[in-house]
Amino acid sequence: MSVLSGTPPVSSDSSIATDPSNDEVIIGLEIHCQLDTSTKLFCGCSTDYRDDGPNTHVCPICLGLPGTLPKVNKKAVEYALKVAKALNCEILEESEFARKNYFYPDLNKGYQITQYDRPLAVRGYLDIEGEDGEKRVRITRVHMEEDPGRLVHKGGTDRPKYTLVDYNRAGIPLIEIVTEPDLRSPKEARRFLNKLRATLEYLGVYDSEKEGSLRVDANISIQPRGWFEREGKGKADRGRAEVKNISSYKGVEKALTFEITRQKNAIRRGQKLESATRHFVETRGVTTASRSKEMEQDYRYFPEPDLRPLRVRSWSDKIVLPELPDARKVRFIREYGFSPTHAATVTGDWRVAEFYDNLPKDLAVSAATATWIADTLLGELNYRDMSISDVPHGHFIELITLIRKDTITDKSGVEVLRSLLDQLKEAGSCEKPSECVKRLNLAKTGGEGLEPVISEVLAEQPQAVSDYASGKSEAFNFLIGQVMKKTRGRVDPTELNRVMRETLDSRGP
Amino acid sequence: MVSERDVEHIAELADIGITKDELGEFTPQFNEILEYFDLLDSVEGTSPATRDLTNIFRDDTVVPGLSADEALANTPEKEDGFFKAPRVM
Repeated sequence: MSVLSGTPPVSSDSSIATDPSNDEVIIGLEIHCQLDTSTKLFCGCSTDYRDDGPNTHVCPICLGLPGTLPKVNKKAVEYALKVAKALNCEILEESEFARKNYFYPDLNKGYQITQYDRPLAVRGYLDIEGEDGEKRVRITRVHMEEDPGRLVHKGGTDRPKYTLVDYNRAGIPLIEIVTEPDLRSPKEARRFLNKLRATLEYLGVYDSEKEGSLRVDANISIQPRGWFEREGKGKADRGRAEVKNISSYKGVEKALTFEITRQKNAIRRGQKLESATRHFVETRGVTTASRSKEMEQDYRYFPEPDLRPLRVRSWSDKIVLPELPDARKVRFIREYGFSPTHAATVTGDWRVAEFYDNLPKDLAVSAATATWIADTLLGELNYRDMSISDVPHGHFIELITLIRKDTITDKSGVEVLRSLLDQLKEAGSCEKPSECVKRLNLAKTGGEGLEPVISEVLAEQPQAVSDYASGKSEAFNFLIGQVMKKTRGRVDPTELNRVMRETLDSRGP
Repeated sequence: MVSERDVEHIAELADIGITKDELGEFTPQFNEILEYFDLLDSVEGTSPATRDLTNIFRDDTVVPGLSADEALANTPEKEDGFFKAPRVM
């Protein structure tokens, strides 16, 4: 919900050219998240619709048929209260639902049941890692509403012929979280969203892996540095854009970055920026102008007469919040000896943090394991567009143990991991790490096993051997390289160095 | 007082096309209805007692709904299990 104010008269200094390097970006977000309840907000239809055909999770209530009455899902209210509490909000003594009227096929009733002037909670905050250290982002309000239906535009993307409507999504409980315009860069916006997502998942009220479970609208403008702080609003000729339809975490940063470039170019050309609604086109990474005059709505909000108000402030005192990301980060540093960076990465995703907490204690308390998860595993997963939930916990423990026991080198471990992840992606299952080590012949060559390979290399490279003897140290590295090549990295570098040095030196000059 | 312009605006919001003649017909009707409310407002001391009824909830338990065929039974336009609506983009 946002109020687009009219353009006030042009202020007197608008003709003075502003130095673009002395501008700052002002960003506020509106985030809609689906609450992970079993049933919809106002009826008993199941929310588990993603694998099913259209209009198979509907009833007279969520289809908006005449004569039906909505009834509030208690769990959805409890979840929303948890969020409000975790975001340090003030819960209103009495809140109520309201009708937001607009005519569009995603709403079968002709209105959306949402909250307006008496939302569930107001005035909270969430601390994030900002551009210059820790930063407090103020939350304006948290309210509940029902998700509209899903539209499919048929017959060409530019000018569709008609629209298909699926009401499975209609009535799914949403929580809308609105921030103050406290964010100053796309990166901060992304960090805020990551932190928010982690918090919601730690609370157990939201499942980020469900498609379409998050949608973001972003308000963004570029202001002369300090102007916004001083005036409490944007400059008249620096209207803000409200970018709608951002449906992924990556999309937010992309949409904002595009919008900054567009607005900066307009400012450089001396154009006046009107406040406008824009639409993010994910596939092209651009925002396009909405037909704002036509889209501009008069929602005619009024209290929902079919629902009684909520008086739930006292419930909030009884809610015991679970360990949230910041607390877990501190614990990981203390309990497992994490570096702050690795702790932030691993606890920044609830599933990854759980994965780590469930490792056997002796494996968990290890900087090597922390690095393996935070850098190697997450990197390889990200590269393949996979999630930590795709990784069998037991297999990973086995792999880490193989490395720990020196059965394979770290480098071979990466090779095994890659092979297993590729199998998982292809077939949904994979062999055991020990089988993979065998198949790829990656068991570490060491001690006795090393000598034949070294002898072979020395026999093949007489020139390098005599160069070493005459004191050229590069020759040593060359010979090491040859052994590595023959053994495909299966040898422990320290061990190899030692044995190679001994072998060469025992030959004498 | 509701003006013809107000009625036109409301019709636009509801996506209902109305003619100039209808505007002339509907505007006084709107006003007649609103006058009834003015009448109600003028009565003293009879504003309905707001019932102290809050927190009406149901449990988060799945209840079977309609089949897709039932859901679509009343719609004149459908395609592949979807409701079919005019172009909106």
